[in-house]
Amino acid sequence: MGNVILEMKNIIKEFPNVRALDNVNLQVEEGEIHALVGENGAGKSTLMNVLGGVYPYGTYEGDIVYNGEVCQFHKIKDSEEKGIVIIHQELALVPLMSIGENMFLGNEKGKKNAIDWNETYKDADKYLKMVGLTESSHVLIKDIGTGKQQLVEIAKALAKHAKLLILDEPTSSLNETDSRALLDLMLVFKKQGLTMIIITHKLNEVVYVADKITVIRDGTTVESFVNDGNVDEARIIKGMVGREITDRFPKRHDVAIGEVNLEVKDWSVDHPIYEGRKVVDNVNFNVKKGEVVGIYGLMGAGRTELSMSIFGQSYGANIKGKLLVKGKEVTLKSPKEAINAGIAYVTESRKVNGLVLTNSIKVNTTLAHMDAVSDKSIIDADKEYAVAVEYKEKLRTKTPTVEQNVGNLSGGNQQKVLLAKWMFANPDILILDEPTRGIDVGAKYEIYCIINDLVKEGKSVVMISSELPEVIGMSDRIYVMNEGKFITEMPASEATQENIMAAIIQSGKGE
Amino acid sequence: MKSVKFSEILKKYTMVIALVLVVIFFSVTTQGKILLPQNINNLISQNGYVFVLAAGMLLCILTGGNIDLACGSVVCFTGGIGAVMMAAGINCWLAVIVMLLIGAIVGAWQGFWIAYIKVPPFITTLAGMYAFRGLSNVVLQGYAVGVSNTTFLNVFGGGADCYIPDFLGGGSINMLCVVVGVIIAALIAITTFLSRAKAKKNGYTVAPIGGVIIKTVIICAVLVWLFYMLAQYKGIPTVLIWIALVLLVYNYITTNTRMGRYLYAVGSNEKATTLSGIDSRKPYFFAYVNMGLMAGLAGILTTARASGAQPTFGQGYEMDAIAACFIGGASAYGGEGSVFGVIIGAVLMGIINQGMSIMGIESNYQKVVKGLVLLISIIFDVMSNKKKS
Repeated sequence: MGNVILEMKNIIKEFPNVRALDNVNLQVEEGEIHALVGENGAGKSTLMNVLGGVYPYGTYEGDIVYNGEVCQFHKIKDSEEKGIVIIHQELALVPLMSIGENMFLGNEKGKKNAIDWNETYKDADKYLKMVGLTESSHVLIKDIGTGKQQLVEIAKALAKHAKLLILDEPTSSLNETDSRALLDLMLVFKKQGLTMIIITHKLNEVVYVADKITVIRDGTTVESFVNDGNVDEARIIKGMVGREITDRFPKRHDVAIGEVNLEVKDWSVDHPIYEGRKVVDNVNFNVKKGEVVGIYGLMGAGRTELSMSIFGQSYGANIKGKLLVKGKEVTLKSPKEAINAGIAYVTESRKVNGLVLTNSIKVNTTLAHMDAVSDKSIIDADKEYAVAVEYKEKLRTKTPTVEQNVGNLSGGNQQKVLLAKWMFANPDILILDEPTRGIDVGAKYEIYCIINDLVKEGKSVVMISSELPEVIGMSDRIYVMNEGKFITEMPASEATQENIMAAIIQSGKGE
Repeated sequence: MKSVKFSEILKKYTMVIALVLVVIFFSVTTQGKILLPQNINNLISQNGYVFVLAAGMLLCILTGGNIDLACGSVVCFTGGIGAVMMAAGINCWLAVIVMLLIGAIVGAWQGFWIAYIKVPPFITTLAGMYAFRGLSNVVLQGYAVGVSNTTFLNVFGGGADCYIPDFLGGGSINMLCVVVGVIIAALIAITTFLSRAKAKKNGYTVAPIGGVIIKTVIICAVLVWLFYMLAQYKGIPTVLIWIALVLLVYNYITTNTRMGRYLYAVGSNEKATTLSGIDSRKPYFFAYVNMGLMAGLAGILTTARASGAQPTFGQGYEMDAIAACFIGGASAYGGEGSVFGVIIGAVLMGIINQGMSIMGIESNYQKVVKGLVLLISIIFDVMSNKKKS
């Protein structure tokens, strides 16, 4: 280590109306893993896009010095030729093409008009081996899981002869095991001399893998420090939010837990396409009035499938089991019936399943409960506006007006609009699926406060999450789910990260 | 800050500005002939079907860029049935009701396959395009059938007397037409400012007063001018009333009703809409039933205007309607578009047609120009969206 491979000096990048980067400085040494952290919208991705030539030279101010020379990247290819490769957060793979085809897409082997497929697949296999994948490069992308797709992305970057690899949220869609494997792979590459920059929200990963940490806040560099073994998550959070968050999970006071609001009995769901494959297997659980029940499980455990099948059979086939709302058995065949029965499902993928991004906050807020703002089929514009404003203020959504399109909001504010939508539907039971995914520490805290307010009003909350500290910190009771089954139940007071993980490993062995 | 606002206005009203430029262009090249009262009257009468069909088409496009290729054939089919009925001496109002009903049934037929069985709209309506063209021929037995019922012709904009009679007796100028124009303009101005005042009182964010005044003055001025022009010819053409009615109703549906809201929501994010407890099949069905109904109405207007029906009627009408929507800013991916945009799109197409006809440009070249205008307007749309993101 020692010599500086990359230096970004006083980078200023302006968009219409906003200055996204304001004098950012970044120094990366050769052979290190450098973590770039900051809240959503702090400017991390923008900075990397400047570096990668996504924003061409001339659209920003400041200098990029790479290997001692000042660089002017006009397009992505320019930076890639120098060995700077970005792996973006959204996987850029074509599902219906093979791994090999994807790896050399835009970078084809052979002559311009005659692709050398033998060479392609031979090379592809070589790089796949480097990232520890045993799949043949002839396999289609759609046939491998997200974790492996992420590894293909890395192999693709290596195939471009990357010297400086930038990973933007590489683990955001991976489960714990896959995430850990990826981080370990990064450490292996480090030994081989590769320099990496990682952007991530998961601070435990930063602590685990980074040599040096740079914190960005509101478009400027706040600080940069060495991960010398004395750095913990609290230390990083302090830099990110500018103050110390003493309590990551707000306490609930005087919330009386009442009778059972929702009870699910012997619930089984089959995969909608592969018939006979059980995705949810004989699940029993309940949630009481004023209670937060956490469901913890790794990705693919069947949590989303469980909740969507409860929410008016929106997922799955061959659904069996009993559903009791306030002691009465109900059959819910559509989301409409579920909403009428007092159940709301707040989706994990707000952009895909939750919000109409091209419509305003106002429209999104009332979409699930239009009855309340309309007379028969005519919308009462005044009432609707008033409702939207009320929830905007209640949840402290940051926006100039409720006429703003949801697509223009940050992740945390989008999540608030999604919550507003379902709070307005006035359910008794809210199923929150990964309510804090992809949002920053400050916004997370606010979401937790909203959850606390909800149970205080006597509602029941089922919180599904793959972040252990969150499940333990927020729930009254915890169910642990693995491979479609509920393997254990425990009060939050008895739960620790260790005993939950142990339960999962135990159940895996039992198979 | 000011320059930003200017570019926003430019973007929002691109097509309006384009329309103004096109009008200026043709005023120069035709030595002002395009703005003669008779030509303005013709613009409305000749393009009545475009407004009506485009209003229906807008709903389909909102649901996700879906189009109805069959509506031209349906125009012919309903028109043919009406013409045959009236030729057989059946009461013209009964014929009108049957035509609308058949339009709606055809719409329901297509809507059922599209919404409930999930047959792709393009295929469903392509099938309809063939089938109903064939059925039109069957109904008309391959011949042109004339309509001589004067009530029908007068009410739906055909023959020589399809204008609202001037009972105010203005002599050389149609007084009634002028008065109606002024009243409508006044109503628009009053309601605009009343609703703005009300909104302000309730604490809503309102558009700056300057902009509202300018906009209202322009709209009112254009309306008064339009009616003054019409007054110098023969007065208010009856077809204008049908167009206005359709546009008002569909503007209301798209902006003020739950179904209108669902059309936009389904077109932007169907999954989220379904999970909000909305039956996402209903907006599709609704859109295509309405499209069918409008095809029925367009069939009535077309039959009246030509005083009869023939098997080739309505060919290419669907394309005119689709083009009007897209030129008027409807998104090809759905979820975006407005009735106001449709009006601008339809007028723009109409003026280009007419301007070139007056200039004596061969009809083949007219088609080339129309195609280019459509392409350019979409390019504009795509480019401006790109910049935004």
